Amino acid sequence: MFDLFTDYTLRTVALGAGILGIVSGVLGSFTVLRQQSLLGDAISHAALPGIVLAFLLTGSNESLPLILGAGLAGWIGTLVVRSIVRNTRIKNDGALGLVLSVFFGVGLMLLTYSQSRPDASQAGLDKFLFGQAAALLRNDVITMAILGGVAIVIVGLFWKEFKLLSFDPEFGSVLGFRMGAIDILLTTLVVIAIVIGLQTVGVVLMSAMVVAPGAAARQWTDRLGVMVCLSALFGALAGVTGALLSSTGARLPTGPMIVLSASVIVVVSLLFAPNRGLLWDRTRTRPSVLPAEEATS
Amino acid sequence: MAQALTTESLSTAKSSAVSPSRPREGSAVSPRDLAIAVMDLTVAYRDKPVLWDVDMSVPSGVLMAIVGPNGAGKTTLIKAILGLVDISAGRVLVGGKPYEEQRRRVAYVPQRGSVDWDFPTTVLDVVMMGRYGDLGWIKRPGAREKQAAMEALEKVAMTDYAHRQISQLSGGQQQRVFLARSLVQDADVFLMDEPFQGVDATTERAIVTLLQELRDSGATVVCVHHDLQTVTEYFDWVTLLNVRRIASGPTHETFTEENLRATYGGRMAWLKSASQTERSQD
Repeated sequence: MFDLFTDYTLRTVALGAGILGIVSGVLGSFTVLRQQSLLGDAISHAALPGIVLAFLLTGSNESLPLILGAGLAGWIGTLVVRSIVRNTRIKNDGALGLVLSVFFGVGLMLLTYSQSRPDASQAGLDKFLFGQAAALLRNDVITMAILGGVAIVIVGLFWKEFKLLSFDPEFGSVLGFRMGAIDILLTTLVVIAIVIGLQTVGVVLMSAMVVAPGAAARQWTDRLGVMVCLSALFGALAGVTGALLSSTGARLPTGPMIVLSASVIVVVSLLFAPNRGLLWDRTRTRPSVLPAEEATS
Repeated sequence: MAQALTTESLSTAKSSAVSPSRPREGSAVSPRDLAIAVMDLTVAYRDKPVLWDVDMSVPSGVLMAIVGPNGAGKTTLIKAILGLVDISAGRVLVGGKPYEEQRRRVAYVPQRGSVDWDFPTTVLDVVMMGRYGDLGWIKRPGAREKQAAMEALEKVAMTDYAHRQISQLSGGQQQRVFLARSLVQDADVFLMDEPFQGVDATTERAIVTLLQELRDSGATVVCVHHDLQTVTEYFDWVTLLNVRRIASGPTHETFTEENLRATYGGRMAWLKSASQTERSQD
């Protein structure tokens, strides 16, 4: 663990994973509250064709063009979901499932095609499937920090509008706010939160990072502000822990390690959080049970 | 469809009552002097009409109930006035102007069940949302907004709950929080969707008193209402609705058995015995 302070690579990896955890934790709080957890899944899967196309077009494996490609594809994915819901009788969950599988399918097809090209091996596009924190470079981390920083500043600016959107959007539009525009803005920020994590966590599991920290944080507090901060903290904790475990250990894939770390936080929160935790419920409904017995049961 | 009629019926909106009891002689009132004028309004979800060619005139300073069976389009009528649903035909004026120009004058109390009461926020925070419209984009609520919210909470006797998490409230308390939120909107036209839904008798009494005070101070209050027993006692105007507008006018003239029969059809007998327990599903 001491390597963290001396080893340059490890420090880069931990920093990157921490940033992605903070940003996805902040934006994830809103997706959890709006009951849009599946949206993150659809966005991250939909990003894959964008990543591969960006590589095929630019021939670059720099993170910025790939992230832009991912973001564009993810964003188009959300627009497709929107227009399916608006123009057909397919409901939101069906539309999300459709976009997720169709975009991901196209992405996999393009990925296979691109890997048949001679220059593909060095691009290492397949790291975008399950994530590889060890491949993070200093420039990647800087890109992540800038994009994530912008996203968080915008959340701060539009805090009141995002709260209104999450709690009572109809009332918001009665007040004269263009809730559709606020929705698109928030969704765009979720897309940013997701794409900056793709290289580290991978498209398959990235959605967990927009759900797990928020769901865990909700257990501990009844204030939106506290929830968002806690969620950022949990996200960072899961990101750093997972990235370090995968980089130092037996070359385990980063995405699953980060998601497992986040899951531990979620399980602990579900069980032990005051007021909302499952064990707390038990002590209240059956006051005769001693806390000591509870812990062992 | 009904579009072609729109302009000419502007002047006849008041007198086009289907009911035998015509709204009182005040049909000289032009739509400009009305708090709300709904003209030839048709709203359809997909191919199914929810509201069909509805006219409704709400004079300033009345306390009006919108009454009708489940699925009659009562909630849709309120939402159409507020621009929350797309209208297929017709138009709505608030104070003689399109709603978009009059937003600041209109307060809204949605159905209690329309939000997630487990949302991580406090009573005070929810009430302050009523000030967001005046604040505009980005600006955060401050001391002034907080003071307005506390004053509104006092009017609904919820001061002690200001810092409670909203999930700890009973149904009646939730309703009072929504009322307080509409009070801080500083409006003179109030649209309320079932403000008595799920509240106990004491709270209902308190809310009625509050609504009557609002009316007496010059505001116009329109409520979707379910309990036929209390219509004459609480409201001085009433609109009977069942997809079409059946009748609209002062309660003593409009709330007749004949009109009720036309509104509720054959279900009238059942309704008389069961109106107390009727649930809102629309």
